[in-house]
Amino acid sequence: MTDTSNTTNDTSTTSTPDPAGLTTGRLTHLQRLEAEAIHIMREAVSESERPAMLYSVGKDSSVLLHLARKAFFPSPPPFPLVHVDTTWKFSAMYEFRGRAAEEAGMELIVHQNPECVERGINPFDHGSALHTDMWKTEGLKQAIDMNKFDLCFGGARRDEEKSRAKERVFSIRSPQHQWDPKRQRPELWSIYNARRSPGETVRVFPISNWTELDVWQYIHLEQIPIVPLYFAAPRPVVDRDGVLIMVDDDRMPLDDGEVPMIKNVRFRTLGCYPLSGAIESDADSLTGIIQEMLLATTSERQGRIIDFDGSASMEKKKQEGYF
Amino acid sequence: MAHASELIADDIEAYLVSHQYKSLLRFITCGSVDDGKSTLIGRLLYESHLVFEDHLAALEADSAKVGTQGGELDFALLLDGLSAEREQGITIDVAYRFFSTEQRKFIVADTPGHEQYTRNMVTGASTADVAVLMVDARKGVLTQTRRHSFLVSLLGIKRVIVAVNKMDLVDWSHEVYETIQEEYRDFAKRIGLDDITFIPMSALKGDNVVAPSQHMHWYHGPTLLGYLETVEVDDDTAAGPLRMPVQWVNRPNLDFRGFSGRIVGGTVRPGDPVRVLPSGTTSTVDRIVTMDGDLDEAIAGQSVTLTLTDEIDASRGDMICAGDAPAEVADQFEAHVVWMHEDEMLPGRPYLMKIGTRTVGVTIAHPKYRIDVNTLDHLAAPTLELNEIGVCNLSLDRPVPFDPYADNRETGSFIIIDKLTQNTVGAGMLHFALRRSHNIHWQEVRVDKAARADMNSHRPGVVWFTGLSGSGKSTIANIVESKLHTLGVRTYLLDGDNVRHGLNRDLGFTDADRVENIRRIAEVARLMTDAGLVVLVSFISPFRAERDLARSRVDDGEFVEVFVDTPLEVAESRDPKGLYAKARAGELSNFTGIDSPYEAPESAEVQLDTTAVTPEEAADQVIAQLRSQGIVD
Repeated sequence: MTDTSNTTNDTSTTSTPDPAGLTTGRLTHLQRLEAEAIHIMREAVSESERPAMLYSVGKDSSVLLHLARKAFFPSPPPFPLVHVDTTWKFSAMYEFRGRAAEEAGMELIVHQNPECVERGINPFDHGSALHTDMWKTEGLKQAIDMNKFDLCFGGARRDEEKSRAKERVFSIRSPQHQWDPKRQRPELWSIYNARRSPGETVRVFPISNWTELDVWQYIHLEQIPIVPLYFAAPRPVVDRDGVLIMVDDDRMPLDDGEVPMIKNVRFRTLGCYPLSGAIESDADSLTGIIQEMLLATTSERQGRIIDFDGSASMEKKKQEGYF
Repeated sequence: MAHASELIADDIEAYLVSHQYKSLLRFITCGSVDDGKSTLIGRLLYESHLVFEDHLAALEADSAKVGTQGGELDFALLLDGLSAEREQGITIDVAYRFFSTEQRKFIVADTPGHEQYTRNMVTGASTADVAVLMVDARKGVLTQTRRHSFLVSLLGIKRVIVAVNKMDLVDWSHEVYETIQEEYRDFAKRIGLDDITFIPMSALKGDNVVAPSQHMHWYHGPTLLGYLETVEVDDDTAAGPLRMPVQWVNRPNLDFRGFSGRIVGGTVRPGDPVRVLPSGTTSTVDRIVTMDGDLDEAIAGQSVTLTLTDEIDASRGDMICAGDAPAEVADQFEAHVVWMHEDEMLPGRPYLMKIGTRTVGVTIAHPKYRIDVNTLDHLAAPTLELNEIGVCNLSLDRPVPFDPYADNRETGSFIIIDKLTQNTVGAGMLHFALRRSHNIHWQEVRVDKAARADMNSHRPGVVWFTGLSGSGKSTIANIVESKLHTLGVRTYLLDGDNVRHGLNRDLGFTDADRVENIRRIAEVARLMTDAGLVVLVSFISPFRAERDLARSRVDDGEFVEVFVDTPLEVAESRDPKGLYAKARAGELSNFTGIDSPYEAPESAEVQLDTTAVTPEEAADQVIAQLRSQGIVD
């Protein structure tokens, strides 16, 4: 796993303003976003009893974890990482997960919906909708209920999808984990209201105001480790209705005589491997990825299969409790 | 953008460096659905190449389906987030959009212009550096233009762009533009806006949005984007004195004690003298700690952890200030209050107030006046309803450090939180501290509460009976008083109906009056407790917040809440005063249980099920509780 991440060294660029920035007394946009995220995290921790960070192992989670370490330094972040697992993530993600928690000095809680484990829920036999609903949506609710978390950090961003543009930074969920667009609280200045009635929980999105480019640039500047699947490499894939799916293990059903193709591919978003579309690419460095992203003409979420069933589907999922 | 694309392709490293040092500008767009506001933002996103092919495909499909541009791309559809709103054709909340150019990164707060959504505009304006006001060239300065301008100025936005849109529909007329400009300037002067830039444009055709218009050669000013890219946002707070509300005390081990927070005013360096408020303790900054190493200096906007040279006791909610220019500390204020909830503001009700990182109890007095946001007239108002703005006095239960909002938006702003629902119900901007909080002192008395209580064979207390009309409160309270009397306890029974004939005869049955009714009774009960009596209060008292207020007015262990728990249908069938019948017939309004809510106690000391016990047995339960609390022997 040595090639997994960009190399680490001691220089850090975002937190030390450039000399020009200092003389004009201005912060760059990334410095402002970083300071805002840290502020949000400290507010959330101060106003909750049992906070947790939902950790998906993706790049946004990596940024979130990095920000958490900065926010509470020299203390370790005062909450555990929670991974709502589906058993269908890429194997590279599992390898990366444990190491990230260990490096941050944080407890890692992995939750797998026991009903899914028992029934062997998978995207091939049960379809992506049921698979996602039971492993992720139900699994997340279980993880929150069982651990009695009253506040969870998530890495969602407002620029990801239309229905998220109006999401609050502090989002109140009913005791049934429902999101009610009519009941969201106004958020003014940088004053956040994390108070909740019995049974209610709060989801907090510290990088709400970041764009995909901001996230990549921050990873670049801060040299934050990310899962190697984001970088192009020769990988075995099969074509499923025009979407390239990686054959990550032998659970992937192949047609008779089908042999996976070896293609130079990478992933723009990571999830369950059977539901994550790969893109053909030669970008094997961070700058290469950023370059490709900037020149790309399709939005990030397009690789996620759950979005395909109608443009309001993310909103529906959110109301049901999906992150 | 061509230049950027080439740079990305040829030299990504150089592009990233240029992007890294971009500054951030937050702006708000105000206007109604018809002003072309969504079209404008959609175009800014489109022209800065932020609309991806899949979004574009969805946009084309949506434009054909629900678009209003006759099959042409309807940029407005890029913005409507929630499907319910999309169907209604109105944006009903604040949405945030992001785009960047070679100069800057932008965050746009997109807020609707519809009258009832003052709340949303205030929310969007609270974080904006600049406001873009949309004016339809055909309609000129409208009531809503004035309303938006007032809100922008109220929220402390100093720079305003008046985008005179739809110039294509007035034949690019210079004269129309001039007239609008003149009219607006006259108005803006009245509300203290003076940094105004006018731009004639057509968001639909793209004139003067990104590229200069080919149709208006008489206009020589910047395009909208050109202005936004270059406008100087001189940060007053950065130039002011140091302010850092403490968010979190950082104690990884016994050797390190840091105060984590975001600097919201001024700069800080090691060696700077500081004062911690509200205690007023002074110390000196030792280190500015971050994970990237200690800093020599930190400026407004940065999140840091400070250590001080002295071991001083500061905690969350305190404010670290410049030693020679500390913030003020006070517990009574005058402020602008914006009400943001469907439930009206209840003067006298205890709410919570969050200011900076500190949350305190607050009561709000009757508004001095309400401001008509359309005419700017000051109107008399008993309270504030959703989307109303007024000037009120606030009384806090603890002193807080603050600056006037005009001096610092971060340390002069607050939100109001309902104690019961925990919702954010209001927001406000502090003007100044009231002097009277320093001038009214308690009259010192020689014979105190304990001395009076010692004359009796029992301790003082309040027995608060709450329940629906006809639940049996008064019946049980009367029996309890008789029994206490025979035990030699000095008592007094305050009954809702009787008090309404005298002390509270000026009050009706609206929610606001009910709150005031209970506030007065709570105070009378407190005085009587002070005099050494056991006070029996028999009031419907439907709201939890007011009962909690009454409880808070006496010492711990002196309050006995008795929930006379009679189901509505039982109380209604008893109907001793014939009131339910009248309420059902529509002759009585605001009747608890019928068209006014009753909030049942969650942890009353005594809960009486009147369908299961007799009044006599119920009274005995109350007296048993008084014994267990040590009020009577």
